[in-house]
Amino acid sequence: MKPIPELKNAQAVDLEDIPVFNIEQFKQQILSHVQANCRVSVLFGIPGPNVRLYCILADDAQHLLLPFATDVGQEYPSLTPECPQVHLFEREIWEQCNVTPIGHPWLKPVRFPRKAGNTSKTKPMIGITNYFQVQGEEVHEVGVGPVHAGVIEPGHFRFQCHGENVYHLEISLGYQHRGIEKKLIGGPYPRTLLQMEAVAGDTSIGHGLAYCQILETLANLEVSARSHTIRAIALELERLANHTGDLGALAGDVAFLPTSAACGALRGDYLNISAVLCGSRLGRGLIKPGGVYFDLDAQRIQEMRKRLDKAFAGTKRTSEILFDAPSVLSRFENTGRLAASTAVEIGLVGSAARACGLKRDIRQDHPIGWFIGQNIPIALCESGDVLARARMRWLEIRNSVALIQTQLNQLPEGNITAPKITHLAGNKLVASLSEGWRGEICHVAITNSEGTFAHYKIVDPSFHNWFGLALALRGQAIFDFPLCNKSFNLSYCGFDL
Amino acid sequence: MFNIIKARWFQGKVTSAYPAKDPVLSDRYRGLPVLDTSKCPPDCRICQNICPNQAISFLTHVPTATEPPSSALSKGKKKKKSKEKRAAEVHPKVEIPGVLKPHIDLGKCLFCNECQNACPCGCIHYTQNFRVAARKPQDLVVTDGTSFSLAESLEKGRKKLFHRSLKLRVVSAGDCNACNVEVNVLNTLFFDLPRFGIQIVASPRHADGVLITGPVSENMREALLKTYDAVPGPKVVIAVGSCAITGGPFRDHPEIHNGAMDMLPIDLYVPGCPPHPMSILDGMLRLLGRL
Ligand code: SF4
Ligand code: SF4
Repeated sequence: MKPIPELKNAQAVDLEDIPVFNIEQFKQQILSHVQANCRVSVLFGIPGPNVRLYCILADDAQHLLLPFATDVGQEYPSLTPECPQVHLFEREIWEQCNVTPIGHPWLKPVRFPRKAGNTSKTKPMIGITNYFQVQGEEVHEVGVGPVHAGVIEPGHFRFQCHGENVYHLEISLGYQHRGIEKKLIGGPYPRTLLQMEAVAGDTSIGHGLAYCQILETLANLEVSARSHTIRAIALELERLANHTGDLGALAGDVAFLPTSAACGALRGDYLNISAVLCGSRLGRGLIKPGGVYFDLDAQRIQEMRKRLDKAFAGTKRTSEILFDAPSVLSRFENTGRLAASTAVEIGLVGSAARACGLKRDIRQDHPIGWFIGQNIPIALCESGDVLARARMRWLEIRNSVALIQTQLNQLPEGNITAPKITHLAGNKLVASLSEGWRGEICHVAITNSEGTFAHYKIVDPSFHNWFGLALALRGQAIFDFPLCNKSFNLSYCGFDL
Repeated sequence: MFNIIKARWFQGKVTSAYPAKDPVLSDRYRGLPVLDTSKCPPDCRICQNICPNQAISFLTHVPTATEPPSSALSKGKKKKKSKEKRAAEVHPKVEIPGVLKPHIDLGKCLFCNECQNACPCGCIHYTQNFRVAARKPQDLVVTDGTSFSLAESLEKGRKKLFHRSLKLRVVSAGDCNACNVEVNVLNTLFFDLPRFGIQIVASPRHADGVLITGPVSENMREALLKTYDAVPGPKVVIAVGSCAITGGPFRDHPEIHNGAMDMLPIDLYVPGCPPHPMSILDGMLRLLGRL
C-alpha cells in the first residue's frame, strides 16, 4: 500500500499517489490519526456510480496535510459514532452522493438542495425533516426563522425548552444554498474568483486567498513577497473589521450601548482602510491569482497607518469599558460554555476553538505566503464561554493591528502581478487552507487530465462550528441565545454555499 | 462610569454630514461608470469579452422621443442647464446609426474593474459617483457618462405616506452577507439611518416594505414571498445588490432565481456587489423624495 502523502498547505499531489484504502483501513487511519491529535479538515465524496471518499487530515503539530481515499458502494459503516467531528461531513456525503453511512446517529439533510422552479412537493423541502424532540409535561418547543428579527441571514432553529432552560437546540440550514460547488466543475471560469469572494461575503479575502493559492500551485505561479504582504494585510483588516463588529454586537445584546454604538462606527473605520487599499470595503477585487490588483505607495501606507492608529485607539477605549462593566461581565461569564474536550471532539476551529484553549491557527500551523517563518502571536483563552469568545476578539484585534503595522513597515519591493494563467496541471489534488476571521477555510481542488476542475470542495469554518453553538446552548436560558449566537457569529451562506 | 463618559467624549461626533455634504470615498472606490464610446475602435469587443459576468453588451443607442428625460440632470446640481442642452447631452447628435456601442448593465456588473483595465483606449472609467440607484431596470444600463437616470421619487400616494417615515423588513435570500452587512451598517452612528425616518423593523406586519438582498435562492423563495405578503399594503420593494437584481455572480445557477425581479414589483434597484452603503442610502432618500 502506498504511504499517505505528507503535504504542505496548498501543495499539489498526483491523484495516483493518493492511497485508496478499503473502508476498514480508511476508518482506522482516521481514528488513529485523530487519536494522535490530527483533525479532519475535510471528508467528502465524489458523486458517481462508484463513489470515492477523500479525507484530508490536518496534522497541526507537524504542519502537514494528509490525503487518502476509499471507494464505497451504496453504503458504508458510519465513522461518526467513533469520530463525532465527521458527523456533518457524512450527512453531506449522504445528501450529495446518495451513499448511506450506516449507523449515523443523526442522518438528516444538510442543505436541502433543490432546483429553482421545481414545484413538486417531493423531498427535500427546505426545513422539512425529523427534528429531535424532547417529550414531557411542561416541555415546549420554540421554532425560530428562517427569517429572523434582525438584519441577518436566514436559518431555522428549534429549541427544546423546559421553562426558560434549553435542553437542546437543533440548527437546520440550507436557505442560502446557491449551488456554488457544483458549478465549479469544469472550471475555473472567468467569474469563479468573483464567486469565491462571495462564498461568504464577509470573508472575501479568506476565501479568495484559499482559491488563489490553489490556482497558483496548479499553474506553478510565483507570487511576489510584496503581493504576499499586501494579501496578509488585507486578511488581517478583514479580521479587524469583523471582530470589532462582533464586539459591538455582543455589547448590544447585553444592552451595553456605549460599546455597541462605538464599535459599529469603528468597524466602518476598519472597512474603510480596506477601501483605501482596494476601493472595496469588503476587500472585493483585491486578490487575483498570482498576486494582487492594487499596490501600495508611501502616501497610501501613511494614510492606512494613520487610520489604523486612530481606529485602534477607539477600539481600545471602547473594549476597556466593555470588559470593565460588571453588568456586562455578569452576562458574559459562564454563558454558553464549551469544554475544551468537547471542542476537540467536534473539531471546532478558529477563534471559537482558541477561546476553549485549543491552539489552532492556520497562520501558525500551516503557514503560507507572508506567514511562513513568522512568529505569529496566537491569543488564547481558557474558559470557552461567551466572555472568552468576546475577549478573543479583543486580543486578536490587538494582535492583528500589530501585525499590520509590521507588514506596512516592511513592505518588500517587487512586482504585484503575475503572468496570466494559461494552463493548470492535470490529475492533481490540492488542499489549500487559510485562516479567515472565523477560522480555518479549506478549499480542495481535484483536476482532470485536461487541467480543469473535476471536483471542488469548500469548507467554511462555520461548517465545523455550528454544532459548537448548538452544544454551547445546552442548559442555557433561551434568552441567552442571541448572545451565544453572536459570540460565534457563524456564516449561513458559507455553510450553505 | 467616568471611563464610559471619557470614552464617549473621545469618540466625538461621527455622523456623516450627508446629504448636506458628500462623503469622501476612497480614490479606488468604483462607482458609476462613465463611458466615452466615441473613442471605441470599430468592432472592438475587448470589454465585452473580458467581463466575467457578461454585463457588457453592444447595442445601438437609438434615441427616441418617448425616452424619459434624465432625472439625473433635472434634479440636483445641474438644474440650471437648459432643456435643449440636456437633450443634447442625453442623446448626442454624433450618434452614427448602425454602429454598436458598449452598454454596461449595472444590474449585472460586479464592479470588478476588469473592463476598465482591459480597455486599450481608456473608454471606460469607474467614477467616485456613488449615486447608482435607479427606479427601472432599463435605467441601470449605462451607455455614456451623462445619461444615467437617478432614481425618482415614489408616485404621489405612496410618497405622501412614506416621505417622512418608512419601516423596512430586510430579507436576505441567498445573499453572501456582504449586501446584508452593508445594509445593516446604515444603522450605525456614521450613516444613522433613523435620522431620516427610515427604520429597519423585525416584523413584516410593522413594515411598509421589504428590502431584498441575494439572488433569491429556491430555498428562500417561499419565505421571501410570505414575508412580502405579510407586509400591509401599500408597500415598497427595494432590491439591493446585483444578486437581488439579476442573480449577481450566481446568475443562472439552477438553485437560484436570478433575483427578485420576476417575483415582486421592485421600486428601487441599488446595483453593486455589494453597493456602498451610501448608494443604498442615497437611493432610499431619492425614492422618498427627500433629495
Ligand atoms: S466592472 Fe462590471 S462591466 Fe466591467 S468587467 Fe467587471 S463586471 Fe463586467
Ligand atoms: S450582490 Fe454581491 S455582495 Fe451582494 S449578495 Fe450578491 S454576491 Fe454578495
